[in-house]
Amino acid sequence: MTKKIEAIFREEKLDDVKKALYSIGIVGMNVTEVRGHGRQGGITLSGRTGTYQVDFLPRVQLNIILSDHNVEKTINTIQQAAQTGNIGDGLIFVYPVDEVIRIRTGERGHDALAYEGDIDTRQEVAMAGVA
Amino acid sequence: MEQINAGDTAWILVATALVMVMTPALAFFYGGMVRKKNLLSTINLSFISIGLISIQWILIGYTLAFGTSVNGLFGGLDFLGLSGVGSEPNADYAATIPHLAFAAYQMMFAIITPALITGAFVERIRFKAFLIFTLLWATFVYDPVAHWVWGVGGILRTRGALDFAGGTVVHITAGFSALAFAIVLGKRKWYGQTTMEPSNIPFTVLGAGLLWMGWFGFNGGSALAANGLAVNAVVTTNTAAAAAAVVWMFLSWRDNKPSVLGIVTGAVVGLVAITPAAGFVTPLAAIAIGAIAAPVSFYAIRLRQKWGLDESLDVWACHGMGGTWGALATGLFATTTVNSAGFDGLFYGNPNQLLIQAAAVAVSIVFSFGMTFVLTKLVNVFTPLRVTENEEEVGLDISEHGERAFA
Repeated sequence: MTKKIEAIFREEKLDDVKKALYSIGIVGMNVTEVRGHGRQGGITLSGRTGTYQVDFLPRVQLNIILSDHNVEKTINTIQQAAQTGNIGDGLIFVYPVDEVIRIRTGERGHDALAYEGDIDTRQEVAMAGVA
Repeated sequence: MEQINAGDTAWILVATALVMVMTPALAFFYGGMVRKKNLLSTINLSFISIGLISIQWILIGYTLAFGTSVNGLFGGLDFLGLSGVGSEPNADYAATIPHLAFAAYQMMFAIITPALITGAFVERIRFKAFLIFTLLWATFVYDPVAHWVWGVGGILRTRGALDFAGGTVVHITAGFSALAFAIVLGKRKWYGQTTMEPSNIPFTVLGAGLLWMGWFGFNGGSALAANGLAVNAVVTTNTAAAAAAVVWMFLSWRDNKPSVLGIVTGAVVGLVAITPAAGFVTPLAAIAIGAIAAPVSFYAIRLRQKWGLDESLDVWACHGMGGTWGALATGLFATTTVNSAGFDGLFYGNPNQLLIQAAAVAVSIVFSFGMTFVLTKLVNVFTPLRVTENEEEVGLDISEHGERAFA
């Protein structure tokens, strides 16, 4: 089963998250800039005279498609790397993915997602070592 | 006949170029403060003014402002189409430079003044109505007031009102016309209910920086000679801008953090306030003029916001009120030790000068506000001033120009 992790967090944490994900073997990801707010509402910025309120704050949305059994580890990695402990740290969503097709080769499913040295191949190598 | 002075002529040519650049600078200063969908439109309102008013000035503007006075109210038609304005000096206005150099230098003032007003109506003005208004305004407001203040025989000049480089002619007329225009036009959709964030504050900083530089030509060139008075004007100009920028920084710091938009606004307000005084006051007085200009305009913005009036980029608060303070300050700080052709102000034992300045301010305010009110109503009869609600939502870059700022 393939899953999609969609994590929305602070832009300034992107480098931390990226590094942490690389270290556990997540190879592919994409990022979009999004604006939004949760319970904390907006922030106050300085204007010409006094201040004004901005409702939608900049955040990044990171998308990763990966195998089911790696989801927990990846979520934990993102959560730790993106956390500041302050309100506005963001959210992580996990969705099921019906199908994945690699455009270059036409490969589907697990094959379409596999890279040398990624989180799955590492796991397979580790398990082979145990056996 | 006086002789042409090469140094004076060279300086006025440079000053003409410096003042010319102020209008594109203003385009960026204003452009940065509007939303992205109106960025090109806002920049263009200033830029096209260079085209429009350059032509108007040559055809009729110069003669209405500086032609032989008709009862002190406007210039006669002797310089129509710049006839007779050539490389010879002119005893009244250009004793040591070609008369044409003076006309070209003054043209740049005539251009930037209507461009200043555009800050009042950004993000909702119909371009066609703007073009018509600007030509009418230049002809019926700017040109006569320039004649009153600077023309030989002009009603304010003969009464001894001092305006070195256009605090009254440029900034008070633009500021109070902006106020009238905003009242007639009405607010932008969702004004006051949603945040209208400036889209590009670095553009505004860039514009303010170039305005600051151009202002050395605006005020320094108004000496019309490469002499000590020009130097004094350049130094007082820089000093007032600096003082106002620093004071505005502290004013905005009290509420939150020191705002960059606030700091550069302060600089521009300081430049506005020193404009009428630059060639009459000392550098020390310039510190006071700039430092006081900042709170004058700062609280004028607060007041305007309290009225709920969408005078969008605060032309009235910055130029109208900054210019008013500058004109009055000239009546306080002017000294003949700086400029023997000027007068002493209140602090140098001549309280009457303050009254003269106040009267000139009042006349200019009433005339420019009233005329703009009438002109906007008039234009609106023939063609709507405002774009449709849908065009406003889409943004004027697309709806008025069919272009976008960024792809």
